[in-house]
Amino acid sequence: MKKSLTKGEGGLRPARGDALVERSDRRSFLTRSAAVTAGLVAGAATAPVVRAAETAATGLPAWSKAPGAPLRAYGMPSKFEEPVKRVVTSGYPTVSPGTGSSLTPLQLLEGTITPNGLHFERHHSGVPDIDPTQHRLVIHGLVKRALSFSPATLSRYPMVSRTHFVECSGNSSRNTGPEPLQVTCGTIHGLLSCSEWTGVPLSLLLDEAGVDPAATWLLAEGADSAAMSRSVPLDKARDDAMIALFQNGERIRPEQGYPMRLLLPGWEGNMNVKWLRQLKLVAEPMHTKDETSKYTDLMPNGKAQQFTFPLGVKSTITRPSFGMTMQGPGLYEISGVAWSGSGRVARVEVSTDSGATWSDARLQGPVLSKSVTRFRLPWEWNGAAATLQSRATDEKGNVQPTRQTWTAAYSAAHRYHNNAIQTWSVKADGSIANVYL
Amino acid sequence: MSISRIALSTAFAAVMLAACATERIEPPISKGPGLGQPATAAEIALLDIGIAPSGAGLPPGSGDARAGAKVYAAKCQSCHGDKGAGKPADALVGGTGTLASSNAVRTVGSYWPYATTLFDYTRRAMPLTAPRSLSNDEVYAVTAYVLHLNGIISEDHTLNAQTLPAVKMPNRDGFVDYSKVR
Repeated sequence: MKKSLTKGEGGLRPARGDALVERSDRRSFLTRSAAVTAGLVAGAATAPVVRAAETAATGLPAWSKAPGAPLRAYGMPSKFEEPVKRVVTSGYPTVSPGTGSSLTPLQLLEGTITPNGLHFERHHSGVPDIDPTQHRLVIHGLVKRALSFSPATLSRYPMVSRTHFVECSGNSSRNTGPEPLQVTCGTIHGLLSCSEWTGVPLSLLLDEAGVDPAATWLLAEGADSAAMSRSVPLDKARDDAMIALFQNGERIRPEQGYPMRLLLPGWEGNMNVKWLRQLKLVAEPMHTKDETSKYTDLMPNGKAQQFTFPLGVKSTITRPSFGMTMQGPGLYEISGVAWSGSGRVARVEVSTDSGATWSDARLQGPVLSKSVTRFRLPWEWNGAAATLQSRATDEKGNVQPTRQTWTAAYSAAHRYHNNAIQTWSVKADGSIANVYL
Repeated sequence: MSISRIALSTAFAAVMLAACATERIEPPISKGPGLGQPATAAEIALLDIGIAPSGAGLPPGSGDARAGAKVYAAKCQSCHGDKGAGKPADALVGGTGTLASSNAVRTVGSYWPYATTLFDYTRRAMPLTAPRSLSNDEVYAVTAYVLHLNGIISEDHTLNAQTLPAVKMPNRDGFVDYSKVR
């Protein structure tokens, strides 16, 4: 995917136009263009001067003729992949630059796992720099024994590894405005990432504390300076919740909750409380700021749905998508991601004609519950205008709604839980636009 | 080996392959090493700042809108604007009666179901650059000021652990519980 984006290798090519990343993208494009141009120029200059007297190695690139860089203790991507990064937005750049979000560049990635450095971020007061030796998770409230766990203590517990997506319920809110924004797939849908999480089943710790029968909810709270807090039903905590310590094999990064976060598979990202410091067992939900004034779903009649935890079945085509340019008629692969907060993805259909006809895409296994599934479909583009959509169905029979259906269910001011079908319009000139259907 | 035995073992292999392909199989973990340390009262007290709609958890102290206006001007106004008008942070007033319109405006006054949430959030997270820096009296006072700006309580209405949870918010009945909808 990344290679196919570079000029001269055919396939799709990124174009400018994402206003939010324009500055960084422009610089990186210049860098990359310079590198590509230099390569072409060098090739043109050396080719005609090959002589019999020169060694057989003449014409090989420099990296094939001398030892490469030294070993290093922690690896980084190629410098040529510098444009592959998150789009960063902050609502309070001067007062608190860490308060805001950054979005995974879905259109530049492949497979299902998000690299740790590209996992989306949403912080309510920046990223705390937590010393794990001073951090504790306290479980208290309606329990027989209030307990305190250090990260080192939890590391001695039996663990499980599970591959799950985390999605902010504000994801895709950029597609709720009156006009479609011409920005990349990641800028619209990139508050979605997927990792293999490893940690301790929360049910083990709840059993150790001894939950009082009167408890039906728990208040989860982070150690960041926003002390972000959400109420979680006890049945979810006992079902598949995890105190996650590792992400894709390494310790969870500070941006994702180091040294520990609550993982509630398939549920609103905001509830997967990072930097987790307390779980208080309570008899009723606490109605915190983030579960009343935010993350509630206003309907057209003025009433709001509260505690709408599971994320809806959803998909988007990541390639081709806005910012890329079709390089003439021929065979392309339509590739994208699908997921559901209610279980496995059962089916993804793709339409290239505004939804008039649909074809089943191939689901790339393993198809895991509450995880991202990659779908693919070969597409012979004839060079004419086309309208691309994907529609996911999960194992519970939930079907991803059209934009019209989704919009009709909520107030015009509503921004959360947008799982409507994404539409990309491919024009005859090869350009691609975000459109509403 | 007879044909039927080959067929049987082939079928068995196919079943095993299918089982492996569907999901990781692992026994559930039911027992931990029991290493949790008793949490001390001081440890819990430092963290236990959540306020329930019943008022459970509210600390001693009190304040009214007159006192709150001073707190607001000094600590809140630079982000939330004059009299809660907003910008750059959320507006705190207005929007009453707009929720069913095409231009719904959600503020403390028009949307928040419980006054306890305003106290809880202000105490735990505000001001953004210095959370937990306000005294309990200051939090009660600035809570009273914001509620007064919204016309919910009078300027001299004193808020404390008893009177705050008794405040009836205009949109108290505006929410539908979906926690049992899966």
